[in-house]
Amino acid sequence: MAAEREPPPLGDAEQTDFRELEDGEDLFISTASTLESSPSSPEPASLHAEDISTSNGPKPAEISLEDDREDLFAEATEEVSLDSPEREPILSDEPSPAITPVTPTALVTPRIDPVMFERCKEELEEEANGDSFDIDISVSDPEKVGEGMNAYMAYKVTTKTSLSIFNKKEFSVKRRFSDFLGLHSKLASKYMHIGYIVPPAPEKSIVGMTKVKVGKEDPSSAEFVEKRRSALERYLERTVKHPTLLQDPDVQQFLESSELPRAVSTQALSGAGILRMVNKAADAVNKMTIKMNESDAWFEEKQQQFENLDQQLRKLHTSVETLVCHRKELSVNTAAFAKSAAMLGNSEDHTALSRALSQLAEVEEKIDQLHQEQAYADFYLFSELLSDYVRLITAVKGVFDQRMKTWQKWQDAQAMLQKKLEAEAKLQYANKPDKLQQAKDEIREEIEEWEGKVQQGETDFKQISKTIRKEVGRFEKERVKDFKAVIIKYLESLVQTQQQLIKYWEAFLPEAKAIA
Amino acid sequence: MDDSQDLFVGEDGRPRSVTVDLYNDSSLQVEISDAVSERDKVKFTVHTKTNLAHFKKPEFSVVRQHEEFIWLHDTYLENEDYAGIIIPPAPPRPDFEASREKLQKLGEGDGSMTREEFAKMKQELEAEYLAIFKKTVAMHEVFLQRLAMHPILRRDHNFYVFLEYDQDLSVRGKNKKEIFGGFLKNIVKSADEALITSMSGLKEVDDFFDHERTFLLEYHTRVKDSSLKADRLTRSHKNVAEDYIPISSALNVLGTQESSAISRSFIKLAELFEKLRKVEGRVASDEDLKLSDLLRYYMRDSQAAKDLLYRRARSLADYENANKVLDKARMKNKDVKQAENHQLVCCQRFEKLSDSAKQELIDFKVRRVAAFRKNLIELTELELKHAKASLLLLRNCLVSLKMDH
Repeated sequence: MAAEREPPPLGDAEQTDFRELEDGEDLFISTASTLESSPSSPEPASLHAEDISTSNGPKPAEISLEDDREDLFAEATEEVSLDSPEREPILSDEPSPAITPVTPTALVTPRIDPVMFERCKEELEEEANGDSFDIDISVSDPEKVGEGMNAYMAYKVTTKTSLSIFNKKEFSVKRRFSDFLGLHSKLASKYMHIGYIVPPAPEKSIVGMTKVKVGKEDPSSAEFVEKRRSALERYLERTVKHPTLLQDPDVQQFLESSELPRAVSTQALSGAGILRMVNKAADAVNKMTIKMNESDAWFEEKQQQFENLDQQLRKLHTSVETLVCHRKELSVNTAAFAKSAAMLGNSEDHTALSRALSQLAEVEEKIDQLHQEQAYADFYLFSELLSDYVRLITAVKGVFDQRMKTWQKWQDAQAMLQKKLEAEAKLQYANKPDKLQQAKDEIREEIEEWEGKVQQGETDFKQISKTIRKEVGRFEKERVKDFKAVIIKYLESLVQTQQQLIKYWEAFLPEAKAIA
Repeated sequence: MDDSQDLFVGEDGRPRSVTVDLYNDSSLQVEISDAVSERDKVKFTVHTKTNLAHFKKPEFSVVRQHEEFIWLHDTYLENEDYAGIIIPPAPPRPDFEASREKLQKLGEGDGSMTREEFAKMKQELEAEYLAIFKKTVAMHEVFLQRLAMHPILRRDHNFYVFLEYDQDLSVRGKNKKEIFGGFLKNIVKSADEALITSMSGLKEVDDFFDHERTFLLEYHTRVKDSSLKADRLTRSHKNVAEDYIPISSALNVLGTQESSAISRSFIKLAELFEKLRKVEGRVASDEDLKLSDLLRYYMRDSQAAKDLLYRRARSLADYENANKVLDKARMKNKDVKQAENHQLVCCQRFEKLSDSAKQELIDFKVRRVAAFRKNLIELTELELKHAKASLLLLRNCLVSLKMDH
């Protein structure tokens, strides 16, 4: 399955590989061996030379590779073809698009705009070296800009990277929330319909933002800003972790360029916003009416799995939210008790007991802080992870829906073709000879057009299916990693709390014993 | 102070130490050996062990209900001879309403729970019910034990009757009177409060009592507030513990419904939360016992001490009035002998009361300090025990999870 077998990174470390290939050796033998060594290499999307592809659909990017490699690819193309029996297709056994050759183009990230990829080898190596993307993003320093209802928060987005797709190693830009939404909107429109799971942007909040705009400097609006800042950071981290999205020029522009055109169509009540809502509704209706003949059990299984996962995560999320709420309450009540105990200590006329009560009050005050911090951990680690994944799974489900739509389009094209063929057949028996030839020609043209569309539809469908398999595989791996990391961090926060509790109570014990 | 005599061991073996035996006298030992909860009442079995000649047998039991305890308490209050003594506060009425309601609501069902979750919640609520039950038993027990320990109060005739008379005391009908009487009592109380707070013209000559008055007024208010806040704190802790139940359950489903690399971690986490919940639950109940109960008891006890001050103030007022009457009589030279006698009686009464009250208030302080000391130490030790248990659970889970990597 493609999900397991990542396409071999052509940009693998050894120079030697390339030399071997130059000598006309079988590309695939060497790359087959590199398959093992790089289990999770990202798609070196940059590696498509123009001459390679006879693939439809995805337009390979125009690249100017360094000298050797261009020839290399040319050679490779000649060597390899689906027909050669010795060749084991590197990619999966599921419905392989008959047309796309099993060449490096299979590595192609579809629909990348011709870009300025001046790729150099080291960068390819880095990207090939799997998980360590070597890009670190942080969102910080929220700053209120402007006054009144036109005010907004500007966030500093800092990128630290050694990837050479970027001009510098470290750089910062200022972005506002609608910029993030704009980025997501662009990525979604480019990649979702071909099967890529695009991480969803954080949610809008009219209430939250209004408070901030109105200028209330209270803890709840500070909390709101922090919640948003953290969500934006996680959003960007997830986006750049995706090898395809990282290559996207919009992403790079977002991270790098100091000025960004204002994304107005992201406003909820704008014309575009309303259009989006209408489209979403239409989609929902369509989803219900598409009856797809699923020939591949994998998709049905996976959809069911994600449905179950969605349900359970939502349930868990609700329970964790309740915990956060109660933990905050506990903190408040502990603080109230601490104050009360201090007052009691003041009024107690037995000196030693009075002192002990005051110290109890201090202990409880510290414990109140502990509870508050734990509530933050409950929220930012546990609760937010769950809510992120609930939204991610919605994106996953969306991608499955896109596949259905693609299938539908293919079917529709087939139906149309059928109609045209029938029309052509009917023309054979028509009684208007003078118009006949013209009509026949027209119909012929149309038939050819629709044949092309049917082919395109089938290819698209197969392509999206393949992409989804890969994306789901990647998603599952990321999910496991994410959850494991967060669970450990969360448990460590609980450990920290208990350790502190022990410290505080151990300090208090002698004070209690000292009451005489 | 003798702490070693733990007369107040609760059913779970944990000593109830809101009060201590200052006199160290075991000639009359009282305990509640059994209790049965019926629908709207609780029946306490009061068990007495004694070597006092007055009693017919050295060991005997009777069954009493809450109203009979109240009757006993009221007879002490109404007895002029005990005016100079802090009357141990009456135990609160057994109240299972809230707990019963919760159990009922759970039973009526909220279809969103899994069977396991339901069983756990039920377990929690039943434990809560049991805890309330144990508490009410303990409160009634402490009341009797204080009476049994007090050298004067223990010799009361009604007390003997209460302990020994194996028939129903027929005091239940007094409920209505009790309520009405209670209403009147409150009016009188506010007047008393005025007496000792504003000292309406009464001159307090004794520094000791002056200090005690100031102290008790403030202390009572503060301890009442602390008791309330402690209750809320305990309640919050319980809520957090209960929250772990659905979390554990959801994690369990997540772990079992899929078989990915993370399933085992989910299941381990589910187990961890289940264990943590039990520890958190114990933290909550220990805080309740050692802190909330302690504060609540001293709220009532400090009120009883205040009542003593009221009685003394009233007696002082009587004394001063008698002086005025005597002066007037001397001036008019009419009924002088009568007035002199009356004044003497008032004076003696006042002085006797004052002496007794002084001792009582000193004992109150000693008792209070000892009880706080004991409970704060025990609270701290329990908090430490639970925190260490939680820490161990967490660390083990972390090790196990990290090994899975």
